[in-house]
Amino acid sequence: MTKAGKRFDGWVILSIIMFVIFVAVLIYPLFGLMKRSVIMEDGTFSWEMFRQFFAHSYYTETVGNSFKVTITVTLLTLVLGVPFAYFYSFYKLKGAKILFVVSIICCMSAPFLGAYSWIMLLGRNGVITQFIKSVFGITLPSIYGFRGIVLSQVLNFFPLVFIYMNGAFKNIDSTLMEASENMGCTGVKRLFHIVLHLTMPTLLASALMVFMQSFADFGTPSTLGEGYKTFLVLLYNQYLGETGQNYNFAAALAIIAVILTAIVFFLQKWATSRFKFSINALHPVEKKEPKGVAGVLMHVFCYLLCGVAILPQAYVVYLSFRNCKGSIFKPGFSLGNYAAAIKKKLGLASRNTVIMAVIALIIIIIIAVIIAYLVVRRSNAFNHAIDTVAMLPYIMPGAVIGIALLIVYGKKPFALTGTMAIMILSFAIRRMPYTIRSATATLMQIPLSTEEAATSLGASKFGTFVKVTIPMMANGILSGAILSWVAIVTELSSSVILYSNKTTTLTMQAYVYIGRGEYGTAAAFASVLTAITVVSLLIYMAVSKTEDNVRL
Amino acid sequence: MSNNISIRHAVKRYGNNTVIPDLSLEVRQGEFFTLLGPSGCGKTTLLRMIAGFNSIEGGDFYFGENRINDLNPSKRNIGMVFQNYAIFPHLTVRKNVEFGLKYKKLSKEEITRRGDEFMKLMQIDEFADRLPDRLSGGQQQRVALARALCIEPDVLLMDEPLSNLDAKLRVEMWTVIKNLQHDINITTVYVTHDQEEAMAISDRIAVMNAGVIQHVGTPKNIYQRPANLFVSTFIGQSNLLEGKLFLVDGQPMVETAGGYRMRMKGIREECLTNRDIVLSVRPEEFLLDVRATEGISAVVNDCVFLGLNTHYFVTLSSGEEAVIIQESSIDSIIEPGTQIRLSINTEKLNIFDKETEENLLQGVVNDRPEA
Repeated sequence: MTKAGKRFDGWVILSIIMFVIFVAVLIYPLFGLMKRSVIMEDGTFSWEMFRQFFAHSYYTETVGNSFKVTITVTLLTLVLGVPFAYFYSFYKLKGAKILFVVSIICCMSAPFLGAYSWIMLLGRNGVITQFIKSVFGITLPSIYGFRGIVLSQVLNFFPLVFIYMNGAFKNIDSTLMEASENMGCTGVKRLFHIVLHLTMPTLLASALMVFMQSFADFGTPSTLGEGYKTFLVLLYNQYLGETGQNYNFAAALAIIAVILTAIVFFLQKWATSRFKFSINALHPVEKKEPKGVAGVLMHVFCYLLCGVAILPQAYVVYLSFRNCKGSIFKPGFSLGNYAAAIKKKLGLASRNTVIMAVIALIIIIIIAVIIAYLVVRRSNAFNHAIDTVAMLPYIMPGAVIGIALLIVYGKKPFALTGTMAIMILSFAIRRMPYTIRSATATLMQIPLSTEEAATSLGASKFGTFVKVTIPMMANGILSGAILSWVAIVTELSSSVILYSNKTTTLTMQAYVYIGRGEYGTAAAFASVLTAITVVSLLIYMAVSKTEDNVRL
Repeated sequence: MSNNISIRHAVKRYGNNTVIPDLSLEVRQGEFFTLLGPSGCGKTTLLRMIAGFNSIEGGDFYFGENRINDLNPSKRNIGMVFQNYAIFPHLTVRKNVEFGLKYKKLSKEEITRRGDEFMKLMQIDEFADRLPDRLSGGQQQRVALARALCIEPDVLLMDEPLSNLDAKLRVEMWTVIKNLQHDINITTVYVTHDQEEAMAISDRIAVMNAGVIQHVGTPKNIYQRPANLFVSTFIGQSNLLEGKLFLVDGQPMVETAGGYRMRMKGIREECLTNRDIVLSVRPEEFLLDVRATEGISAVVNDCVFLGLNTHYFVTLSSGEEAVIIQESSIDSIIEPGTQIRLSINTEKLNIFDKETEENLLQGVVNDRPEA
């Protein structure tokens, strides 16, 4: 093979195409956003928007609020998620499969639905609040504001920590555990010195993930926050609010949001770099039988956690069958809410949800496979640069992506406002980094010689890629794709900016009808959404060989 | 149709690091040719250049009359067997074996027929419909061999194919591979770092070091008349002793550092001058005698009884240390501390120039093409 022959092939063209795509959908919109934040309506350049933000404590304190919420949520998810994952990975819990499915379903729901449901349960007129008041005469503390946001988000996000840590715990070689035991390091000491230390990179990765999700979530604080305003709520109000919209100011806020998340992102990278090692279990740890009081406590902890976390969703499904008039639920059950939902575009919304998610997922998978191949098999500076750019959405909250896309593609000549195309584009952009990471990790574990074997047997480069590389990656990609699928189906934060009457989704309909106070109809939309996520999870688990092979 | 392979002045560079400076090699049609050398010597690099997976920075590679430098790996018609087997995990054994046939424009019946033939030949036909993850290492390697051979390649390349197998299975596979290669008479290039394996299966061996071919020859010749000091120490075990070569009345004599002298025959005419040499004595080429008064005097430090043989670790009067292997006798073993006398079997002994490290004896057959 000559030098020139190696340099120039289809992959070089693909790598250029990828570069162009990322410039078009990431760099250019981000640039448009920056431009909008400093170029005023009349075309003059000014830092006025940023000055305004820093001048008023009304604005700056939202940053403080956001960080207070996100840091508390991150710490609490770790405190709950890590022990849960530890018990699940190292002990034979009864009904482990149920725990797994339930926790996945919890993190698959749209955050604002949880928030809404908590209001129905623990709000001023909540079922539990009223019950406790009438029976014990105690008034429960208010769940509006900081406390409610944290409660709702922690129970929504702790399964992310669980999924990450379960994967990491499974990679610990049992000989390491035995060796530490042999040297007298057991129990809690071993947990902190060996187990958590070995899994620290994953622990930090899951912490970052929760942080980003919590920071970018606007549904929960806008539903439960009342006076407690977070940064993202401020951003949305500036863009979507009924009064006082200011697109320049919103753009400036979006830029600040990206800078804040970028700082956290790099802090996390720095922290992770101090724990750089790779582990790969040859002898995975055998699950032990949980015994005695400790065993009982383990079960109580796991089931209580999952039980409380699934409560909001279960209650929404229950409410969807209750008779309802406007925002008041009446005694008795019927399918009235579903009938109302059907009249209110249930069919259209379901169709949109599925069609857009399928197309977005296909785009994501194709791009992720190509990027993974370029990074792993054609490693060079240019391809690594593309990979780095592809990670940008990780630090861009959904609102930022939505606003940025509208700024550059909303107007002529593209005029994508209100189309499916712009929705699909934002879905694809948002989930891309996750699928790229799992595709890259998968390809790294496939020995190059398998592809070489195919080539030497006469398969062309393309033939090898299609017949050998892709099938071998399939399992890894599929396990990453399932969560991407559900995340897209339940996406709210960019769709709320981009949707139109024609492109509305189930999540959007639920959100809109909660806003209009038609709680029964909203519950029906939300329940259909839950049904879709549960069914897709069950299909996935039936198809995939290992039960808990789900990746983010 | 099997082919001979010619490599002329091959060069391999990674950046500024030259791995193979200038390498020429002739592999004859139908022979079992082994590239043998320590890890990092460039043998796998060379094999992958032949296969087309490594770029070629200089020189020419020929299969028969065809220059293959610029030919795609998929067009070279090579059967390749990899160290980690490289079995496609998502395909059944049959699909793995038939993989290459799908690119040969053969009829469906022909593909099945040939797949069956080679699965039967490698005794894996009973696993035809299994996925490879349920096969043992040895079985996977048989699948890899069947897959490589059933496309009827011009040459078969094997990159340390047995190194992941346990010792017993490895020895078993030597016979399988050798007989198979003999039966279908295919030009084979085999890479290994295991010299015993190389000796057991090869028609000819090329010993490589630091990207340079040291000696190309039959296993017997390489062992008995190694071309240079490196080959002598890499192949089998050798005791290296300092010495001198000089002529007494025109007759060559060899003197060890301890002053022991012996007549030496078979030295090449052009080498018959006084010079410093290194004697390379294989452990079994020492003759050990407790009662003798002649010979190199030595003290036994330790001995290890291994059944068939007994190994003695001794210190010579010159201070040099040596290993001696003797067939175990029924008498008692020589105790550590015993003073002994050693003589050397001069017929088997090899001597090397101290400067050039080249063998000074006749009978070295080195097929390495002159660079």
